[in-house]
Amino acid sequence: MGMSTTQVATEESFSRSAGKQLAVYALAAVALLALLMWLLNLLASLTASAAGSSTAVDAANNTITIRLSEEPPQLDTTLLTDSVSGVVIAHVMEGLLRYDQHQRLVPGMAERWEINAEQAVFNLRDALWSDGEPVTAHDFVFAWRTALDPVNASEYAFILYPIRNAEAINRGELPLDALGARAEGDRTLVVDLERPVAFFDKLTAFSTYYPVRQDFYEATGGRYGADADQLLYNGPFTMESWVHGQSLDLRKNPRYWDRERIRLDRINVAYIVSDANAVLNLFKDGKISLASLTAENLAEAMEQRWHINRFMDGSVFFIEFNHRPDRLTRNRNLRKAMLLAQDPNELVYKVIKIPGYLPGESLFPVFLDGVRGKFREEYPAPEHRMDIARARQHLEKARVELGLDEFPPLVMLTGDNPVSNIQSEYFQAVFKKNLGLEIRIDRQIFKQRLDKMTKGQFDMVLAGWGPDYNDALTYGDLFASWNLNNRGRYANPEYDRLVGVAQGSLDAKVRMDAFDAMQRIIYEDAVLIVNYERGQAYVTDPRVKGIVRRAVGAEQDYTYAYIDMDG
Amino acid sequence: MSETTFSARDFESVHTDEAVQVIARPSLSYWQDAWVRLKDNRRALFSLYLILALLAFTIAGPWVWTVDPQTQDLDQISRAPGPAAQATIVAPYVPWDGSTLAPPGTGLRLAEPATTQAVRLLWEPVEGARGYRVYRNLFPIGEERAFGLPLFDILDPLDTSFEDRLDLKPRNYFYSVVELNPDGEPTGAHQTIEVDVERVTTLEEAAAAGLVPEGAELREGDSVELAFHPLGTDYLGRDMLARLMSGARVSLFIGIFAPILYILFGVVYGATAGFFGRWVDQVLMRFSDFVVALPFLLFMILIRVASGVQPGESGIAPLVIALVLLGWPATARLVRGQILQIREEGYVSASRLLGAKTGYLVLRHMIPNTMGVILVTLTFAVPSAIFTEAFLSFIGMGVAPPEASWGSMCNEGIKTMLTYPHELIFPALFISITVLAFNMLGDGLRDALDARMRGTE
Amino acid sequence: MGRYALKRLVQGAITVWFIATATFFAMHMVPGDPLASDKAVSEKIRANLEAKYGLDKPLLTQYGIYMGNLARGDFGISFTQENRRVNDIIREHFPVSATLGILAVVFAALGGILWGALTALNRNRMPDIVIMLLVILGISVPSFVFAALGQLTLVNINNLLGFSLLPVAGWGTVAHMLIPSLVLGLGTMAYLTRLMRSSMLEIMNSDFVRTARSKGVPAPRIFTHHQLRNAILPVITVLGPSIAVITTGGFVVEIVFAIPGLGRYFVQAVQQSDYTVIMGTTVFYGAFLVLMVIIVDLVYGLIDPRVRLE
Repeated sequence: MGMSTTQVATEESFSRSAGKQLAVYALAAVALLALLMWLLNLLASLTASAAGSSTAVDAANNTITIRLSEEPPQLDTTLLTDSVSGVVIAHVMEGLLRYDQHQRLVPGMAERWEINAEQAVFNLRDALWSDGEPVTAHDFVFAWRTALDPVNASEYAFILYPIRNAEAINRGELPLDALGARAEGDRTLVVDLERPVAFFDKLTAFSTYYPVRQDFYEATGGRYGADADQLLYNGPFTMESWVHGQSLDLRKNPRYWDRERIRLDRINVAYIVSDANAVLNLFKDGKISLASLTAENLAEAMEQRWHINRFMDGSVFFIEFNHRPDRLTRNRNLRKAMLLAQDPNELVYKVIKIPGYLPGESLFPVFLDGVRGKFREEYPAPEHRMDIARARQHLEKARVELGLDEFPPLVMLTGDNPVSNIQSEYFQAVFKKNLGLEIRIDRQIFKQRLDKMTKGQFDMVLAGWGPDYNDALTYGDLFASWNLNNRGRYANPEYDRLVGVAQGSLDAKVRMDAFDAMQRIIYEDAVLIVNYERGQAYVTDPRVKGIVRRAVGAEQDYTYAYIDMDG
Repeated sequence: MSETTFSARDFESVHTDEAVQVIARPSLSYWQDAWVRLKDNRRALFSLYLILALLAFTIAGPWVWTVDPQTQDLDQISRAPGPAAQATIVAPYVPWDGSTLAPPGTGLRLAEPATTQAVRLLWEPVEGARGYRVYRNLFPIGEERAFGLPLFDILDPLDTSFEDRLDLKPRNYFYSVVELNPDGEPTGAHQTIEVDVERVTTLEEAAAAGLVPEGAELREGDSVELAFHPLGTDYLGRDMLARLMSGARVSLFIGIFAPILYILFGVVYGATAGFFGRWVDQVLMRFSDFVVALPFLLFMILIRVASGVQPGESGIAPLVIALVLLGWPATARLVRGQILQIREEGYVSASRLLGAKTGYLVLRHMIPNTMGVILVTLTFAVPSAIFTEAFLSFIGMGVAPPEASWGSMCNEGIKTMLTYPHELIFPALFISITVLAFNMLGDGLRDALDARMRGTE
Repeated sequence: MGRYALKRLVQGAITVWFIATATFFAMHMVPGDPLASDKAVSEKIRANLEAKYGLDKPLLTQYGIYMGNLARGDFGISFTQENRRVNDIIREHFPVSATLGILAVVFAALGGILWGALTALNRNRMPDIVIMLLVILGISVPSFVFAALGQLTLVNINNLLGFSLLPVAGWGTVAHMLIPSLVLGLGTMAYLTRLMRSSMLEIMNSDFVRTARSKGVPAPRIFTHHQLRNAILPVITVLGPSIAVITTGGFVVEIVFAIPGLGRYFVQAVQQSDYTVIMGTTVFYGAFLVLMVIIVDLVYGLIDPRVRLE
């Protein structure tokens, strides 16, 4: 059915005049929108910090702008667990000792110290809290007791266990004042040790060992460290403001004892953003002075002629097997078969592709110290060669030992981050191709994954471990049968004995021999399959010098940073 | 006005011809009529063909293109679409400690020809250096002294060799060796060479990938054609075309089945609420407000757990159930609003007065008149279901790897959007085509079903 | 009117109570342990943590306690941000999400009505076809692609100009909101465009329009008083839930543009099994949504005289 021409004509004129009407409305809408924006602008300026407008480097105000990947959950040092909080806290607080730009242990709140097998004595320097009160030995005793108080349920309480009675107090078996740490006057801190510890000095640089002043802590009414004004500072910077989820404003602390060392007046954490592309865009726009790179944006960084750096963050990643009795992976030959059927070089060089990642050879990463030099140079990791023929022999042995006709699918538990996604799919294909094993990938969000790990609901899990202190024991004791973090429940009396040696001995050679024996057991017994040591590629603004990145302690350290406009 | 006179003739029946009473065209029911008009709509017909083509791609595709969607071709990771590549056959990789016979010459140089297997560099020790940092760049080193990627720090002045195996592509690179000062900081003193990398493979790999032609005897130095990937490969070297085909099964199923189900439910629910009004409406709509506010992710997990899907298995059924259980309220609300409006229309009252039953009223008058809105909702529900699946797969709630879906391919593709755009564009394109087809079909259907449209064509 | 509104508010409160109850029990039935942490803790410490958050009591008791606190407007303390109250989290971050959401909804509604009317007036002609293709593109490309592309375009423009025309990310001024809210509103805008076109077409062929035309009512008046006014109704119906969806669904945009909104807390809370934050945000958003629906229904009654508020 067609329309007559006159109808078409009216139709068109109608739509034309309606169109005009529409245009009028559109204009009105735009005007309304402009008004709305203006109102919103007013509203936003009331709620937001002024941080938004700054640039990466502000030489006039001696200020740099950076970003954090996450919001610190809170900054209460007795409860602190994550690395982002660790970065912030290392700028605003200081422990007895600290690490310098060359990863050497140097004096912090303690001027002098002496440690022997039974006791450690720290002589505190003349240092002040940000409110002008002196930092005293009592502040340390209070902090440690608070962290150990079972009521507070601090996850990191275990790191204080070398102190006498700490473990018993944490279990609720002894009262808080039984702790082997006491203040002799305001300036002397005496610590009785539970057992000889070869690395107690390194432990005191850890944030759980930082001081907390009792009167202030109690005055916050349970909100200690939740906001900028709920925290007391004794470090190089103080926190001027903390807008949750958005920004932190760090200013040079005029009361810091070593203030001459600090060259920046202000560190402006203007963004809390984890999206890799967003971070790169901010850097490209000149808004932040440091940005991490992913494999995908390396080419862009090269094209922009940026100065690319890399560093190893000390984390080791591995496939952890479940050694519980009801699991097939309890069988050594099965584990061995899988160990021999893969090549970490292929994973790192072809699949992950980020410079800085190192193919995994040992549970003990390359940065660890040995007797004189580096541990891994003195004690090379067991040599690994992918050998599919041998792997298949082991698999056949395992099949016979387990009395199976064929292997059922094995469950590989993994998290929901991009790298572990790629990694799990890669291993799924590798074990299928080389061994004919079927792997089911059980991808779980964060807490669900941890829950399943704790309950042992997996055959293999993609896991990682980062260092708490600069000693091989931070990795080595992970697979002691009594360690709760040993989620695969590996139990080997010989391994436990070696951990005991490494814990109790003060002789570096004896300890390093023990660690070497551990890395051999781990390989021979195929306790786990080491995948890689994680690295990071990043770019920095050429005008900012002296940024320190490290594996142990705050992974980003700007306390040595300065602006050099000639860059 | 003139006078008119009537005769008896004027009051005789005109209709003597029986033929006038016969209905010339066959009587069509409402739905038959709709079908006729749908067939006349060229765009709707085109969209039908498009949907058939998608189904053919999904079902028949894997028979035509028989490449396994799960095979990882690690030599061709993230390869752009294009013809098959050639590779030279070389000996299998042997670790290198830098102690091979140095080729003649001085300065930074290659120890052996550079291949995608490894690039081996040698140089002379430098007096006073603490060590060396080796860089690799895609561009020549310019004024900025930007050396590119730092590959490794060598902290031994006498260790003057380096082997690079990191993600080598067949192209040219600029390698630089920069001296380090005693603090381990680069001094800026450097040597740079340009290296042309050749694509290689080993006999073993070529045989395993089935690249050696039947009866052919290949030796090192020969050339072999690598696996052909017409649409390129993804981040693990898997064939994009094969993955798109296998992903279509999941995405089309979830993208079509779930929305149809929950929109159907929403229509019935909304129509009931709107038609009966009063307390029925109140109760039903408050319940729909309740469902809308439930956190989707939480209940998705709950449904998955309740349905007993084993870890690592694909949970498509719970996914569809969750989508249906939680997805209907928007449609219900929309349909209810329309019904409320139509209820007051004259033709409905007329029909009611003529004694129409409830069911007839709803089916004959109300639903067809809300069809336009319903079809729009359906069109939009398709991509949203596809992306919901993708998000859930990413956190382990949907399709288990290594199975693919268009949505999860998009999710992965976004990361390489700038460097390897094909990994994003192809799955997004297929989703767009699907949505386009449904959109056009929806338009056609609406025109065909809408009674008010009849007079205009 | 007043009585009707009051009645709806009471019903709304009951709905919110249902939401809270269903979420509470669902949350506890889902596997995942809110107290699980990277570093394993001893039984003793675990027991203390459970006591601290009241997880050691029977579920029904926990429910009773929670509802009691809820009635007093206390959402409790977050599990992941141990020293922070959920009330504070909502108070600090919801205004951000709301600001972004309002702007996005305004963009979406204005754009949707405008484009929708335009396409309907030019049915099957060039503007219609172009806009419809854009709409299809808008809904079949995931929002994070638009977010990423939007940001990238901004950076490139800024680099080209040599100064920051608009900030790339962050929060603080309207300049920070423009692109994120556009991206956020894009999907809804596409949907509303499509909806508006469809309902416009229906109205254009309806009897009252024909009558009006034959009566000789001037075209602009028909357009505004008969067509637009009626065609907008379904748009308004979906606008209510859309506001809530947009304000909660800002997760992706918040992540990409570094915006401190409530959206990311909401999503992270589920992933982290942060019970109090899940409950707090769900109940809060539930109440918000219910309120929006009530407001839309009231507005609907004002615009459409045929709908009686009963």
